[in-house]
Amino acid sequence: MSGVAAPPLVRVAGVSKSYRRGGQVVPVLADITLDIPGGAFLGLMGPSGSGKSTLLNLIAGIDKPDAGSIAVAGVDITRLPEAELADWRAANVGFIFQFYNLMPVLSALENVELPLTLARMDRRERRERAQATLELVGLGDRMEHFPSELSGGQQQRVAIARAIVTDPRILVADEPTGDLDRHSAEEILALMDRLNVDLGKTIVMVTHDRRAAERAHSIMHLEKGELFAHEELPR
Amino acid sequence: MPVPLAYSLRNLRARKLTTALTAGGMALVVFVFAAVLMLDAGLKSALVKTGQPDNILVTRRSAGTEIQSAVDRQQAAVIESQPEVALGPGGVPIVSKEVVVLIALPKRDSGVPTNVTIRGVGPGGLALRPQLAMAQGRMYRPGASEVVVGRTIAERFDGVGVGERLRFGGREWTIVGTFDAGGSAFDSEVWGDGEQLMQAFRRPVFSSVVAKLADPGSFEALKARLESDPRLTVEVKRERAFYEDQSAALSNFISILGVTLSVIFSIGATIGAMITMYAAVANRTAEIGTLRALGFRRAGILGAFLAEAVLLALVGWAAGLAAASLMQLVQISTLNWQTFAELAFRFTMTPKIVAESLLFALAMGVAGGFLPAVRAARLGIVDALRAA
Ligand SMILES: Nc1ncnc2c1ncn2[C@@H]1O[C@H](COP(=O)(O)OP(=O)(O)OP(=O)(O)O)[C@@H](O)[C@H]1O
Ligand SMILES: [Mg+2]
Repeated sequence: MSGVAAPPLVRVAGVSKSYRRGGQVVPVLADITLDIPGGAFLGLMGPSGSGKSTLLNLIAGIDKPDAGSIAVAGVDITRLPEAELADWRAANVGFIFQFYNLMPVLSALENVELPLTLARMDRRERRERAQATLELVGLGDRMEHFPSELSGGQQQRVAIARAIVTDPRILVADEPTGDLDRHSAEEILALMDRLNVDLGKTIVMVTHDRRAAERAHSIMHLEKGELFAHEELPR
Repeated sequence: MPVPLAYSLRNLRARKLTTALTAGGMALVVFVFAAVLMLDAGLKSALVKTGQPDNILVTRRSAGTEIQSAVDRQQAAVIESQPEVALGPGGVPIVSKEVVVLIALPKRDSGVPTNVTIRGVGPGGLALRPQLAMAQGRMYRPGASEVVVGRTIAERFDGVGVGERLRFGGREWTIVGTFDAGGSAFDSEVWGDGEQLMQAFRRPVFSSVVAKLADPGSFEALKARLESDPRLTVEVKRERAFYEDQSAALSNFISILGVTLSVIFSIGATIGAMITMYAAVANRTAEIGTLRALGFRRAGILGAFLAEAVLLALVGWAAGLAAASLMQLVQISTLNWQTFAELAFRFTMTPKIVAESLLFALAMGVAGGFLPAVRAARLGIVDALRAA
């Protein structure tokens, strides 16, 4: 990374979000401001219900804030119309979920190919890229397996392959190790670390797990809708 | 960008039982729908095959059927002498002055007496019906008390074998042969010599006059002249049109009843498909949220679930149509409503029925899948993902 102070990849500015439950308005995020530089590996921690997932969803462009703006590489995604926002996500965001969210009826390879069907790409190129990506996550020998035939850790690796196959700028991960045993979790975290360091992916990871958070290069805490502590961890 | 079709297809395969049951319901509807149309097509084809394109059939004005018609000898002579009528060997006009009466014969399977058409045919009668061929025995001899029976009569009635005798019109008639009229209405008739039958039934007049036109294009001119001739009280039709008109009432009844039934059943099948698809959307809410997060648009989700419903309908269509095709092996008989005589025909599959039943199935698929697909497309991404 260059030493020159580049503008941050993600600029969250004055973002608020509340939900309506019954007749009641539940504030979740209040005037959040946050810059995420390109190439960062940010861990987002906080108690349950503090709004971690909500913030992550806003950055990933699957939810809209009530106020404020979120600019990614200069594009204010809060102003994009829905269909364009979908295209933006396809090109710019990779999703990693706690429960992997693979399509059970598709094989590992087909799951990884799925986001590529949204890119202009012929069948063969699609297949080759998906295969290469599965090999990258260490599942070259499991391509034809269906999710139900894979362990949790393997499924999450397929999900990670799906997230990076389109070569997005940002990876968002909501408790990616939350459903895994210690060993598999470590493998997944090591893989994410490689994606960050070797491939330069910007990663925002929500986690409850202190040990997982320590794999991130910086950690932020959300509490009662406010982003307050910001501790830089030594690499 | 659409969600790959494989996704929709695999999901149908993944829930085999539900798919089978839902598609089965649609198959049943397609079966009824196609079978009814096949029945109608079979009826029409039997009756239309009966008429030759260059034959005309003359009956008494507004008689409707040959049974109710009467054409006396003078009138028949006028018709016979028209210049449009084709001439056979020796310059004889190719004409058959025919008499048609009904008798009751016992059916083979039930023993129930059923009306059968007896046709007394003139000398030109066979030249006018090239579709008719002897299947067994020989043709009746003019002037003899002999008859031949159509193929379906031979199959479906008792006591009509070659060599057996029938008693009607105060006489005994020897059955000397069985003929095949190519699936036309003549297959359900008994034929004999016209003059003999007129004597036996003491009928002084013919029922109809059938004539071959030298030039089928001269029909309109001939029809206009004969129908306005003050000596005649006749109606002139092309033979084919005459038989088509005969089938109209029954054909309408079959189609209206059949289509009404199909539409009523289809409501059930469509609701079944809708329930199945709503369940699919509910079960796959998190998947829908995931697809949207990956960048598939609402329209893509709508398309995927609509495609799933339509594929389901296509499975039903294929099964229903296959079952309906088997019906072609079944021969059925019914009363010809115009003549109240037995008329046998087959369920007949036509390309039109294939296309119409396909459209019908697609309509069921779209109708059943649309609302669930809209629900899937309208899900909020975050809400859908939280449903995991
Ligand atoms: N769609 C919604 N409707 C109503 N309330 C919601 C909705 N989504 C989130 N909330 C509420 O907003 C608050 C923050 O939710 P969020 O999922 O962001 O929390 P979180 O920090 O990710 O918690 P956890 O660690 O349990 O995942 C919670 O109180 C939650 O109940
Ligand atoms: Mg959460």
